[in-house]
Amino acid sequence: MSILVWAEHDNASLKDATLAAVTAAGKLGDVTVLVAGKGCGAVAEAAAQIAGVAKVLKADDAAYEHALAENVAPLVAGLMDGFDAFVAPATTTGKNIAPRVAALLDVMQVSDILSVEGPKTFTRPIYAGNAIATVESSDTKLVITVRGTAFERAAATGGSAGIEDVTGAGDSGLSSFAGAETAKSDRPELTSAKVIVSGGRALKDGETFQAVLTPLADKLNAAIGASRAAVDAGYVPNDYQVGQTGKIVAPELYIAIGISGAIQHLAGMKDSKTIIAINKDEDAPIFSVADYGLVADLFQAVPELTEKL
Amino acid sequence: MKILVPVKRVIDYNVKPRVKADGTGVDLANVKMSMNPFDEIAVEEAIRLKEKGAATEILVVSIGPAKAQETLRTALAMGADRAILVQTDDEVEPLAVAKILKAIAEEEQPGLVVMGKQAIDDDSNQTGQMLAALMGRPQGTFASKVEVSGDAVSVTREVDGGLETVNLKLPAIVTTDLRLNEPRYASLPNIMKAKSKPLATKSPADLGVDTAPRLKTLKVSEPPVRKAGIRVGSVDELVAKIKELGVA
Repeated sequence: MSILVWAEHDNASLKDATLAAVTAAGKLGDVTVLVAGKGCGAVAEAAAQIAGVAKVLKADDAAYEHALAENVAPLVAGLMDGFDAFVAPATTTGKNIAPRVAALLDVMQVSDILSVEGPKTFTRPIYAGNAIATVESSDTKLVITVRGTAFERAAATGGSAGIEDVTGAGDSGLSSFAGAETAKSDRPELTSAKVIVSGGRALKDGETFQAVLTPLADKLNAAIGASRAAVDAGYVPNDYQVGQTGKIVAPELYIAIGISGAIQHLAGMKDSKTIIAINKDEDAPIFSVADYGLVADLFQAVPELTEKL
Repeated sequence: MKILVPVKRVIDYNVKPRVKADGTGVDLANVKMSMNPFDEIAVEEAIRLKEKGAATEILVVSIGPAKAQETLRTALAMGADRAILVQTDDEVEPLAVAKILKAIAEEEQPGLVVMGKQAIDDDSNQTGQMLAALMGRPQGTFASKVEVSGDAVSVTREVDGGLETVNLKLPAIVTTDLRLNEPRYASLPNIMKAKSKPLATKSPADLGVDTAPRLKTLKVSEPPVRKAGIRVGSVDELVAKIKELGVA
């Protein structure tokens, strides 16, 4: 089979999510990576270096700069004559584009796959990760999004693929990009961090949240995450949110502080290798998934932990 | 402008789903069902647009068994004007749902379709994007802010790195994220009033849509269970455990 993989990037550098998608695609067949954007030559060069990539297609056009689905989906659908499957990382960009491609091809998408079980058979989580479905597609072409934390990342170097320019229809005239507010952070990115320190409603307010969690996160070189309760209460921006409706993470170590552990939150972090919970409620559901639990007041325990590490 | 709001009847989000012992699916017998939370947000947003004068009529649609009428009545009680139930006992995949919604949209000509970004049962996150593709319309997915002005809608989207704003030509499809609004509760008088609001019933065949599934579910299983953890008695013990992991 020949597989087309969507490269996630910001027109300057390739995002890690692409590497996991390449691994998943490699289990199906020969991998070609599509880099669509504006002035995305450096990204195409980086994609060509990924181990296991046979070819890179570069669509460099102002219409693709912000990955608007209305412009990008027809480009991808147009390229699919030569491919058996389209694979995208299950990022917000991948989730926005892939179903639009699937509908243009008249196929059902398989969302957020956890594993490849056969040429058309995959596992995927349903009901907030409370069940795993094994599904087989009967469509002639496949459209798949890949859960980044479920696949090893392909090595970013070692490949030497050729780069070929492609063109599509360009601007559909249906939509335009008006602006972005990017949350600034010097910390590791939440979805690729090895350690995550995450806080919940018990942190009281934004200032307390930062005051308690930042020193611990600094010590562990960790990303900072949050439960929906902490986001809704305005302690931190929404891109901190871990859960069914936020980001899905699977770090080496996840430290849940003042988080009760609702199913929607667990859906986003229960595949972490080690989970530590600090909560003063000994009946909090988070303790049922935690490898190490400490029943204590976080305002005493966390500073003490930070100091002793 | 008319707004079309598709809503889905799903397992209540507070219920912990149980996988059937024979691995054929999740046990929904005698389980509390509710409107998908993202769809409540979509209904609320449509009502707010009507209250602001940006919309004139709100049509809600659900595809599912006869009991999905209850979900439609809830939407009517919140403030929707009229409902259509596309009745079927089969499970309908996002692609077929999108085709049914397209057929309804072609009849009703809504200026805006507002729907949830994903259903909390199949977690697909596809239907809105598919509907937009089938109709050749722009899409504003994962919306946390929606502003209609003239023949365009500005949608602020929740994306991985923060927020992004796009301008879309109407008619358009918008899918809602959690922070778009706080849905209202239906009051008792409104629940009573909703009983007399119009609710039409159709079948997928009436709309000319084949709902045969493209994906075959071979098996549904429990996720791997985490090994029971231990409680530590002090911060010192926790420090020792973290050091053992080699991350600090």
